[in-house]
Amino acid sequence: MRARARVVARADGRGGTRLTELRGESPLLLRSTAAEGGVATVYVVGGAAGPLGGDDLLLEVEVGPGAALRVGSVAASVALPGRPGTAASRMRVHAVVHDGGILHWVPEQLVAAAGCDHVAESRVELAAGARLTWRDELICGRYGESPGDAVVRTSVDHGGRPLLRQSTAVGPSAPGWAGPAVLGGAPATGSLLLVGPDVPPGPAAQPGPGAAPGVGMPPGVGVRSGGLPVPRARPASGDGGAVAWLALAGGPAALLTATAADAHTLRERLTLA
Amino acid sequence: MTSMLLLLADGRFPAGAHAHSSGLEAAVAAGLVTDLASLRGFLVGRLATGGLVAAAFAVAAHRAAAGDPGPALARLDAELDARTAAPALRAVSRRQGRALLRAGRALWPGGPFAALPADPTGPHQPLVLGLVGAAAGLDPAELATAAAYGSVTGPASAAVRLLGLDPYRVHGLLAALTADVDATAARAVAAADGPPEWLPAGAAPLTDIHAEVHTTWEVRLFAS
Repeated sequence: MRARARVVARADGRGGTRLTELRGESPLLLRSTAAEGGVATVYVVGGAAGPLGGDDLLLEVEVGPGAALRVGSVAASVALPGRPGTAASRMRVHAVVHDGGILHWVPEQLVAAAGCDHVAESRVELAAGARLTWRDELICGRYGESPGDAVVRTSVDHGGRPLLRQSTAVGPSAPGWAGPAVLGGAPATGSLLLVGPDVPPGPAAQPGPGAAPGVGMPPGVGVRSGGLPVPRARPASGDGGAVAWLALAGGPAALLTATAADAHTLRERLTLA
Repeated sequence: MTSMLLLLADGRFPAGAHAHSSGLEAAVAAGLVTDLASLRGFLVGRLATGGLVAAAFAVAAHRAAAGDPGPALARLDAELDARTAAPALRAVSRRQGRALLRAGRALWPGGPFAALPADPTGPHQPLVLGLVGAAAGLDPAELATAAAYGSVTGPASAAVRLLGLDPYRVHGLLAALTADVDATAARAVAAADGPPEWLPAGAAPLTDIHAEVHTTWEVRLFAS
């Protein structure tokens, strides 16, 4: 199936945000819910039934000057194989955030089911004075299964300059994806990108009591710095998970990147207090 | 050009490559690389992510050297920064670039190195490698091969020291990976035709995370 959806958020001139455009088509439907604190909220509905091989989905998001928009989804999307001979499934997101605009992109996970062939491609253009929260979570296979091919490609420009380009590939066509250089056997991986003038360069690295030299932060010990209860970096450990706070070159921006044993733990690691 | 390719790809080329394990030391400390099989997994993943990115950027810099290289190299520098989320890995790439630049300037004083973007911590290693390759007369395929090859030989020889693996078996592993190295180089050459924004950007979350952890160590055998 081919589907296209578009949402446009504009400042209403009274400190709030209104949606001047909100349209979608099956299986990419959008629903708005009550605004909270001046932030308009939109959910992508119907993600659970796909995408299937051959699907080509495009979501366009625009946030005007001074507007604030939060985009979530009601359920994880599960990328599934299509009929034999179908093309890869494709989900594209194109987001533009103008000066003074805020976009929180916080959808549920993408699950790469066995046999899938899926590309998730996001292109984000931020004006120099825009703020962004962008969460990507990828679960490699449903419970107990090996994933098909999935590529999550994210490209973010900030003030006309490249800020982040990364492409995470898993599955049989991605050599070494489960190996110790990439995911180290962790079935869940993801990142939280934060962009804006108030993003700190990182929580101070203060090893907790009992931290052995060379082990970074012990599991569960977070350092509060600017309200960020995350360790600066924690290596892979027994539960197969690791996390680090990475200050980006084109900032003020940071990428919290993690691997985890399951979707729940991953979400915890990518959630700021 | 075969001898020139061998010269540049030789571990004895004075660019300081022997000081780096390319993340292997941290992966060993995390218990993820313990033997030949897990070393193979590390090398294959490294080649498909950072190896391909480095080779594609080296070829793109080589192409830029033919015209007015300044603006093109500045763009590639920013694009490579955007692909290197971990500050520790950006620092390593620039430190290795500086070391390679010193060698390149000494060997090819007429090379187009002045066009590299000015950064107090040095230029990114793949961009310097591209210019060195151009100055040395390598073609893009040879250059990409040297870059991809270097992405696995460094950690492989570090593995011998870190894990006490049998050097014959580690080199056997490298020999078995040569077809993958060549295929990666071919992909890099093809990818370098595209605009900088679309150059490969393969991410390796654990390589990023472990690079940050590694910089916090007080004692380490390798610089990265």
